[in-house]
Amino acid sequence: MSLEPRGITTRKAVGALLRKELLLERRVPQVLPAMALFSITTFVVFRFALDATSVEGDTASGVLWVTLLFAAMLGAGRLYVADHEEGGIDALLLAPVDRTALLISKAVTFLVFLVLVEVVALPAFVILLLGPGLSPGDIAALALVLLMADVGIAVIGTLFGALAIQTRARDLILPLMALPLLVPVIISAAKASAPLLAATGADSLPGRYLALLGLYDLVFGLLAYAVFDYLFDD
Amino acid sequence: MYSSKLRIYTLATVVTLATAFGLAALYAPIEADQGFSQKIFYVHVPMAIVALGGFVYGGIEGLRYLRTRDPKHDLRSYTAIHMSVILGLGVLITGSIWAKVAWDVWFEWREATLVSFLIVFLLYATYQPLRFAILDPEKQARYAAVFAVTAGAFVPLNFMAVRLAEPFIHPRVLNNTTGGALPTEMKIPFYIALVGMTLLFITLCKLEMTHKLTRGRVKGLERRLDALRGETDDSTLPPRSAAPQVVA
Amino acid sequence: MDAAAPAIELDGLRRRYGHRLALDGVTLTLAAGQTLVVFGPNGAGKSTLLRVLATLLRPTDGVVRILGEALPERAWIVRGHLGLLTHEPLLYGDLSARENLRFHARLRGVPLQRVDDLLAEVKLERRADEPVHTYSRGMLQRTAACRAVLHDPALLLLDEPRANLDPGAIELLEPLVGRQSGRSRVVTSHDPAAGLAEADLVLGLKDGRTAFLAAPDELTPGAITDLYRT
Repeated sequence: MSLEPRGITTRKAVGALLRKELLLERRVPQVLPAMALFSITTFVVFRFALDATSVEGDTASGVLWVTLLFAAMLGAGRLYVADHEEGGIDALLLAPVDRTALLISKAVTFLVFLVLVEVVALPAFVILLLGPGLSPGDIAALALVLLMADVGIAVIGTLFGALAIQTRARDLILPLMALPLLVPVIISAAKASAPLLAATGADSLPGRYLALLGLYDLVFGLLAYAVFDYLFDD
Repeated sequence: MYSSKLRIYTLATVVTLATAFGLAALYAPIEADQGFSQKIFYVHVPMAIVALGGFVYGGIEGLRYLRTRDPKHDLRSYTAIHMSVILGLGVLITGSIWAKVAWDVWFEWREATLVSFLIVFLLYATYQPLRFAILDPEKQARYAAVFAVTAGAFVPLNFMAVRLAEPFIHPRVLNNTTGGALPTEMKIPFYIALVGMTLLFITLCKLEMTHKLTRGRVKGLERRLDALRGETDDSTLPPRSAAPQVVA
Repeated sequence: MDAAAPAIELDGLRRRYGHRLALDGVTLTLAAGQTLVVFGPNGAGKSTLLRVLATLLRPTDGVVRILGEALPERAWIVRGHLGLLTHEPLLYGDLSARENLRFHARLRGVPLQRVDDLLAEVKLERRADEPVHTYSRGMLQRTAACRAVLHDPALLLLDEPRANLDPGAIELLEPLVGRQSGRSRVVTSHDPAAGLAEADLVLGLKDGRTAFLAAPDELTPGAITDLYRT
């Protein structure tokens, strides 16, 4: 008597959505170039604002993370624009697919964007501003910190991007909400990176900040997973 | 619905707070380093604890709203957060005064609790602008609830993070005067002040909710009167507001 | 699926917007394979009704059953059997028709070959690989119609499907989304004559309330234009 269910698995849905996201960005690159260019320009601005040709340790860490954070805000603001304006979120909502597939695909897309931007921004940072050099060990440790912080930024950016896109002042309200929420990420990431960027022969990675980043990613990942549905359940 | 025992609550609040502050001023000992000005602690700390509790409660009511779609939870969530933001402003101001008197700075970045509180305050300050920016009342309530839940989970995590980040060479002022180290003469006024602040919070919330419900009922009656007179309401949208619309 | 289950059963459907009722107690039954045409001035609730049926909006009150399944509990199952076609084509402008449709096909577990078949049916193969933002209104609507029927839905929801289309385009769409398709359909319309011609059941909405609900032969075009008079 009842209808046959016609949905596809969440994994396949995420795959289809991811494919669409990356295809769109490849076809008309908007987000990536903007974020990358913004990062590099910001480094240049910092050079003049700090009136220093090289930074190290805590200052270097701060400059790097503030720049990445604001580049991320730029990207998060653009995550849903294509869907909201033309693709129509309705079409996505009409598919018999778990809403969390949308969350996962957007978060992974954003994460990929963040990583790609960092691949460009980090060398630029080293060349433009960083005083001490970086050993391969440092780079590996830094990459770990970047990745763990990126996950947290991606989760918050995806969740609050979805919130903000439905409001009237979306470009303003997204950073206002997301920045306080990301403070623990910034604290942990900056504190973890500072010894790696220090002049007096880099120290090792403080473990507790990685632990905090991990906890943050877990808590907000689960939270986003739980509440995302409600944003689309009119 | 919320106006029951409003008078009793108000009375209880006034009595408790008066007792607390009276005891604090006259009975509690004067602290060695800071003198009489230390007594602002009896206002500042209970206010902070109640404000944070209010934020978390706002998150709980937000969760209830998401699950039941019952507008009363949205009203409670909004009011709790609204009141906590106001109390939070009080916390920051009293904290600033205390810092100025005790350490001669208006804000102390090395005090983890103050910094955490500032961040939480900045987050919740976006709650009303968020609500105001969403026109559809049902969507507004739902999105605000998602925000309230996320922010409520954020409060403890944030305190943990900031505390972890600060090496505590700097003497933890709040540790000196709270917890186990607190002598009885300070404990009594402190706990009474805490109860008083909680009562203040509850009373103010009840007041605001009663006000909103009553106004909602009056508007509903006005609308019915207009409809009877034949003057129908042509507006297709409810008037724009950050507060939950009470439908009566 | 039980062939006898009505396409749509509504009983006292209400949808609130603030203190206003966008839909106030709509009740009707539409048999399988039949067409319901909805008339009404702007703001009467036509789009709201369509969105509730499309499971995009929750009913505030009342009973809604689509293809025998109750909303909102069973919305997730019903979605696989619905097709929606509105003013907005719901396509990504920078992608081609083929890419757009393939995306939707993947999302619904439909074989990609169906995309090519549908594009041939609406005669879009030649330009199927150009970005959609270069298309005319007619081409957009044809692509959108393909999107709507990609998964062979039992129920179609059409919001003024013929608006701004030339007769050629309309003709191409007929087998997909018209009476010929054999699907149950809900169509909103502003054209009394055309609407009456394709309807099995006619609903007139005004301010969210049912102004009339009747078979087409019981109504005249005049009764419908009366709806639009304030």
